[in-house]
Amino acid sequence: MKSNLFPTKNPILRTPRMNLPPTGRGRVAHGFTRAAATSDHLELQVCEQCETVQYPARDACEKCLSPELTWLKQSPLGELLGVTTLHHSNHLYFQERLPWRIGIVRLDRGPTVIAFLTKNVSPPETISDEHRTRVQVLLRLDRGGQAIFVAHPIEELNIDLKEKLQMETGCSPLGRKILVTDGKTAAGQAVVKSLLDAGAETVWVGYSEPWKSSEVIHRLKALDRVELVPLDLTDARSVNALGSELGGKVDIVVSNAEVHRTEGISSRPGTDVARAEMEVNYFGLLRLAQAFGPAMKARSADGPGHAVAWVNLLSIFALSNYPSQGTFSASKAAAFSLAQCLRAEMLPHGIRVLNVFPGPIDDEWNQNVPPPKLSPSALASAIVRALTEGLEDLYPGDVAREWFARWSDNPKALERELVGGSL
Amino acid sequence: MTTGSILQALANALKTHSVRVIDLTQTLSPEFPTISLPPEFGQAWPFRVEEISHYDERGPGQYWNNFSCSEHTGTHMDAPAHWISGRYLPNNTVDTLEVQRLVAPACVIDCSAASAQNPDYLLSVDDLKAFESKHGRIPEGAWLLMRTDWSKRRDAVSYQNFDETGQHTPGPSTEAVRFLVEERNVIGFGSEAIGTDAGQGYHLKPPYPCHSLMHGAGKLGLQCLANLDLLPPTGSLLMTPPLKILKGSGSPLRVLALVEDQA
Repeated sequence: MKSNLFPTKNPILRTPRMNLPPTGRGRVAHGFTRAAATSDHLELQVCEQCETVQYPARDACEKCLSPELTWLKQSPLGELLGVTTLHHSNHLYFQERLPWRIGIVRLDRGPTVIAFLTKNVSPPETISDEHRTRVQVLLRLDRGGQAIFVAHPIEELNIDLKEKLQMETGCSPLGRKILVTDGKTAAGQAVVKSLLDAGAETVWVGYSEPWKSSEVIHRLKALDRVELVPLDLTDARSVNALGSELGGKVDIVVSNAEVHRTEGISSRPGTDVARAEMEVNYFGLLRLAQAFGPAMKARSADGPGHAVAWVNLLSIFALSNYPSQGTFSASKAAAFSLAQCLRAEMLPHGIRVLNVFPGPIDDEWNQNVPPPKLSPSALASAIVRALTEGLEDLYPGDVAREWFARWSDNPKALERELVGGSL
Repeated sequence: MTTGSILQALANALKTHSVRVIDLTQTLSPEFPTISLPPEFGQAWPFRVEEISHYDERGPGQYWNNFSCSEHTGTHMDAPAHWISGRYLPNNTVDTLEVQRLVAPACVIDCSAASAQNPDYLLSVDDLKAFESKHGRIPEGAWLLMRTDWSKRRDAVSYQNFDETGQHTPGPSTEAVRFLVEERNVIGFGSEAIGTDAGQGYHLKPPYPCHSLMHGAGKLGLQCLANLDLLPPTGSLLMTPPLKILKGSGSPLRVLALVEDQA
């Protein structure tokens, strides 16, 4: 299948392998990693004593030596002090992607940082303060999963999805070939639609048990750029067969298939429902990763249309068990843990793993859960946005964001609060 | 060798193919559907298989698999204990069934034309009486197999045949089941569809009459049978040993029929 957006691959040349940008970071610098995993908004350390904004990340305030430094969101605005273009690098990653535009930006909040410049950032025409080029500095993850600064023109609202820095830090669905593992759920259908709207070249949509909800399958079949593929994540042969057929083609996997029931330990005897949840939510992901992972890893530097990302639909209940959906929560916690393993195996190849932690989705199995619930379409657009920005962790919707905040603040408190049964 | 002579004759007949062995079994595959209940109910597992090793690093010299499925997956037998009506009967599970009953003659009633016309076709007492007037009385202890050619529906969608009102597959009427149980004392009822009862059997009285009345009377069920079109109306002999599952309510099984040439 030929891409409309990316050049056709020459099949007799060796597929290039990934050389990652430098990955070493000190522990304190992972404050940037944490921030960049969930948002492109600039965060810097601020001294609690003297309020000095710090850069680079450090253990003690550069001004008063206080160790009480807090990571806080900062204004991304600043002015460009100087620009240079690298035409040579001894580092393989940079060498293979020359040239690089780099600039020195003095942030309005104080520190001066070195940032990559998008092609639309014009050089400073004068050194006089009044006419310096204003830029906004965004925090992005590079192909190695490390945080970097990218400076954009201050007026740039729409990011050029084919711009080099965007391609190297984001995972936009534009022009990509994507597998969505289950098209029969409300969330799956919304994700397919959002991916198509975002310019996906092809969306393969998996479906199992075709004798159920066949009208949904017919509806999907009628969509342009959609190809339906039989895929049952409980069936190793089915997963492996599709992996063999499509593994070398898929640029983005969206692992959205899930079994969702609303049982705790004592609400239902036996383990069959819990097992069905694990069979798809955990073992299904494992089968999928074994079937599609190797070919994706091998294609992570396969020209501009390379394999780029893996999306896991988890649940905010993966962080702390929601007792009225206790076995579901446990299966999502298992999937979350496995998704971390997947990320650890994908990162060295430059494939982004995006873990999505929604609160209750407005679907049939959350019928009895009171609002607010996340609409499937809101979930889908959040996933496309997160892919485009190259995020690693997404907490879409109010419930998810609130849970994440409560969990980050005091996981024990959240556990106690959930004993009462409310969200 | 007076007692051995029948078997000796049979052995010779098998060798010369004047008695042929016909496989009435669907292949156990992950794609073959199982019965689908509303999703809040417990579900029968479909057949699943994963490799232990395949002459590889997991076992260089061996190919073998683990498989899983329910007692009611693929071509399978229902024992009386499967239904609540049969729960207190003696020897009502597959491990305790009298093995003498597991080799038995079969009558095959052809409902393929009617089922092609109407997927909800219900086998009637009149159908059974018409069969008997042509082929003789259904013997006590025989299987009554309902041929519908449903097994020729190779894709799972048309085999299951669901619409928004549920499943549409042929089966026996309540009266036909009563007749077979009370007046003919058959060993059980066999179907090519996914259950011995019709897809809409829940709406009959009693609900699922073939399960309810057959199993209540200690009779057996066979479902997901294939190749019934290769059997004569009478005269075939079925071998139906289920797996010896402790307290098993049923079991996948290989169903073989012996068919004698009409010399």
